[in-house]
Amino acid sequence: MVSLDKFYNGNVRALSQLISAIEYQQNGVHKTLGEIFPKAAGSLKIGITGPPGAGKSTLVNSLAHQFIDSGNKVGILAVDPTSPFTGGALLGDRVRMNEFPIDGRVYFRSMATRGSSGGLSAATDNATLALGAFGYDIILIETVGVGQVELDIIDSCDAVIVVLVPESGDSVQTMKAGLMEIGDVFVVNKCDRPGSDRMAADLRYAIDSWKRFDEGWIAPVVCTEAINGKNLDELFEKVQTFVKYSKDSGRFVSQRRQQISKKIMSLLQNRFRQEFLDQIDTGGKIESYIDEIVGGKSNPFDVGEKLYQQFRP
Amino acid sequence: MEKKVRVLLAKPGLDGHDRGVKVIAAALRDAGMEVIYTGLRQTPQMIVDAAIQEDVDAIGVSILSGAHMTLFPAILEELKAKDATDIILFGGGIIPDDDKTELEKMGVAKIFTPGAPTEEAIKFLREAAGSRSPKE
Repeated sequence: MVSLDKFYNGNVRALSQLISAIEYQQNGVHKTLGEIFPKAAGSLKIGITGPPGAGKSTLVNSLAHQFIDSGNKVGILAVDPTSPFTGGALLGDRVRMNEFPIDGRVYFRSMATRGSSGGLSAATDNATLALGAFGYDIILIETVGVGQVELDIIDSCDAVIVVLVPESGDSVQTMKAGLMEIGDVFVVNKCDRPGSDRMAADLRYAIDSWKRFDEGWIAPVVCTEAINGKNLDELFEKVQTFVKYSKDSGRFVSQRRQQISKKIMSLLQNRFRQEFLDQIDTGGKIESYIDEIVGGKSNPFDVGEKLYQQFRP
Repeated sequence: MEKKVRVLLAKPGLDGHDRGVKVIAAALRDAGMEVIYTGLRQTPQMIVDAAIQEDVDAIGVSILSGAHMTLFPAILEELKAKDATDIILFGGGIIPDDDKTELEKMGVAKIFTPGAPTEEAIKFLREAAGSRSPKE
């Protein structure tokens, strides 16, 4: 069990070590998370996602500054990929951060995906609880550079910003399902480049074409030049407008309820999965089944059924 | 889950030559470590704050400017002030042998100079991180 005394006293090392314990799924960490869960409920979680190199980190930097300037404390989780070959990772999102105050109003943690493929690491959602309970009222979550279907971010956030660039595709690309559906606010960054007006127009058209589950909010498209500070105030304002809308309309609460429901299911799934795997893994049984299958005496479907029956007679 | 070695790599001061630190970053990454690269122009305080937030085993700094006898002690001081002396400090750069000896006496765990094979840094970090006991 991770000790919470120092954590509650505002010790940053205790927070950092708790996040590590979450990453390693250390024994007892779920109990700790259960204890801090209610204290994290008040923080606002904003996700920033989009393809690699679109400017997510630079926008996170500017949003963080805007939020601290408005009197908030900001926790940032930035996810970068783990190598499937070596298990190593280069976590480089800090490079874009500049001159945060050193008085603890900003906390920045880099996370490696460690095998997850949904754009976040398995520990990211729980890490938001640690940040929230520690007192960060704004939590910014930056995903890995994503394509079209790495959408885990919607299960961890109250608001999602999708960042694209003028080269992100034509009007058909913007109509494809997945990434283009999850933005509450869209950004076309690097809008000094040619094609940004067309990209923004295509996006607006696509947004209009989705059959929305929420008729009350049409996601705005903001054209920014993050590196030159252009239109960042507009982005900040649109994010705040969305959050206000979401809270007033009841969407915020219903979204959180959905997330909690998914979280319970995923906790259960992981637990059952682990228990099942532990049971069938014993004594190298799997290898002998594979021998049978490769030798033509059985097939994956029959073996799957047999193992399931053993587990639940 | 197997323990990952986490390392923060930084360039302190105004020295902008980052080829060396990027070579080390790639080598440590390929050795299965999680490398957090902070980029250029970091102050000792920024480096130590980042190391604490990132919960790293070690801080590696690259100094090619000649300011090593100022910057390394400043980072050691900062680690002391933040009660984080259990985090390993190592470094590399154009550092004369005499200075190297003195820095290692002060508490810098290891200094690598030009020509050192990257395998040496990997081996050093695996051993040092493996025998480390983080402060609660």
